[in-house]
Amino acid sequence: MPGALLANRLRCRQCLLLAWVAATSVAEGASANSAPVAAVTQAAPGVFVHIGALEDWGAANGGDVANTGFVVGSRCVAVIDTGGTPAVGQALRAAVELATPLPVCYVINTHAHPDHLLGNVAFAINPGSDPAPPQFIASARFSRTLAAREPYYRNALQRDFGIALGPAAIIYPTLAVDSALDIDLGDRVLTLQAWPTSHTDNDLSVYDRRTRTLFASDLLFVQHLPVLDGSLRGWVSAMAVLKRLAVATVIPGHGPVSQDWPAVMDAQGDYLNGLLQDTRAAIWNRLTIAQAIDRIGMAPASRGPATNWLLTDRFHRRNVTAAYAELEWEEDEPAKASEPPRP
Amino acid sequence: MNTSTPLAVGRRSGLRRSAAGCAAVCAVLLFALGSAARAEIQTGDNPEASPIWQKVRASLFQSRPIAIATDEVVSLDVPVRAEDAAIVPISIKTRLPQTAPRHIDKLYVVIDNNPSPISAIFQFTPLSGRADIETRVRIDEYTHVRVIAETSDGQLHMATRFVKAAGGCSAPPGKDAQAALATLGRMKFRIEDEAPGATAGQPAGGQPVLAQLMISHPNNSGLAMDQVSRLFTPPHFVRQVRVTYGGQLVMSADIDFSISENPNFRFYFLPRGDAELKAEVVDSNDLRFESSLKYRRPE
Repeated sequence: MPGALLANRLRCRQCLLLAWVAATSVAEGASANSAPVAAVTQAAPGVFVHIGALEDWGAANGGDVANTGFVVGSRCVAVIDTGGTPAVGQALRAAVELATPLPVCYVINTHAHPDHLLGNVAFAINPGSDPAPPQFIASARFSRTLAAREPYYRNALQRDFGIALGPAAIIYPTLAVDSALDIDLGDRVLTLQAWPTSHTDNDLSVYDRRTRTLFASDLLFVQHLPVLDGSLRGWVSAMAVLKRLAVATVIPGHGPVSQDWPAVMDAQGDYLNGLLQDTRAAIWNRLTIAQAIDRIGMAPASRGPATNWLLTDRFHRRNVTAAYAELEWEEDEPAKASEPPRP
Repeated sequence: MNTSTPLAVGRRSGLRRSAAGCAAVCAVLLFALGSAARAEIQTGDNPEASPIWQKVRASLFQSRPIAIATDEVVSLDVPVRAEDAAIVPISIKTRLPQTAPRHIDKLYVVIDNNPSPISAIFQFTPLSGRADIETRVRIDEYTHVRVIAETSDGQLHMATRFVKAAGGCSAPPGKDAQAALATLGRMKFRIEDEAPGATAGQPAGGQPVLAQLMISHPNNSGLAMDQVSRLFTPPHFVRQVRVTYGGQLVMSADIDFSISENPNFRFYFLPRGDAELKAEVVDSNDLRFESSLKYRRPE
């Protein structure tokens, strides 16, 4: 594919466009021009949200499983996550263009999972008279993690969706957040915060000061079982810090928007703390990882009434696996192990 | 095992050739799956037909016959689905007595559709007591997982299982690259038999004793591409583990990045009086780590 190689080398706008067209034409046949518009609602004035399906990332839902959104200032727009395929990103872009004539100046990636970022390419070029591309922003640890996983995401996209991405169709950040960053959209400031390893090692939350709206991304799962791909102890610590924020409206990474802050985090807290206790107990009792995966159920009596989590078959055993691999390195004394480090 | 083919099958030479060489090889294996192969790969029918297995087989065993293993010789326990692509527990159990005249000499672990299919070669001796091994591997793709037991008189027995890939955001690299590097080389080494969950009571004299070795190491595949230089980072993984008891070999493992981050091995040894159980680990950067413990045989 000489065209693809050229795009790889030059990374120019035209080539990005070519890569994008190549990607979408595989995904949607010849109908790239009639891309659908993502359904969005206003969670707060100027804060638009698209709610993804409460399902695993896959062809059945077109990869549209993560919540995405955008915030409109007086000067420009910030997009928060872009969805699980280029087509999902394109639909979100269409929703932005329907909501406002202002250009997209920032695309924020909350973490390096495919269901949240593979739509980036739809925002790589701005149309109209001022076609400067937006800044792509993510945690400072995002790029390394995405680079390590990119081949596997491409493989999964090909295998499960039949989508072959061009070499330049996975967009990396142009601006990295070490700890915190304020961005101004014109009379509207968003505060971006990078977190110590929690859901992943590169979580980034977005807070709109004007409406006290928090895009918690995958630091918060509602209804969809939380998925651990970072550090269980880190996540529990991050939740304790998150709870102290003044939040009127929260947009989780998966699940419905809520005004019930911080109570909306309780179910996730119960699950993660239960997972922590049960996995530690399994390790102290010298269960092997395979035994722990088989025996640690969703809702032991010690954990109170079970929440009606979705996708437990898909993710609970995986969470036990990750929790065990993390916690088996703790010192053996329970006293030491029970105090997670504060971020 | 000095064969070298373009397919990372003669992996000792292949992996060490150069990072770029590995990258090319891995990329071919990862992405060479056409749509026909994709359909076939999800079913797991006909394990013998796997083209990668055919190459691995020719490289490791030439035309020697390989029997289908019965549980009386060797069995392989892996989950049907790789829940977390980065950490898939596997357990290999053997039933042949490890006697000097005839015992299990080697266990080969082959994961057909991994970037480097020959994932581990374990060696045992009569002093192992029992040629069992438990560890954790990376599995991103629908694949056959195989264990081939080679007895000291040269017979081969193979057990095969099919594992479904994890989906979505699950991927073989580790969870926290920075944290993994910070603790590189740390080890936890212990005897398992005091454990309430393991074999009940103290082991009787002359019985094999279960030990667990944990090695903190990122065990990187080196598949990640630097976004500025467009070069692949070099792989960095544990390549050999040797465990001796009283100076004599009880288990060795030649491994690579198919083994999960923080390699973990559970294996047996046969205690003889009071002696030191010692683990020596070498990684692909020739870093060496050691851990040992005294084991007093119960009266």
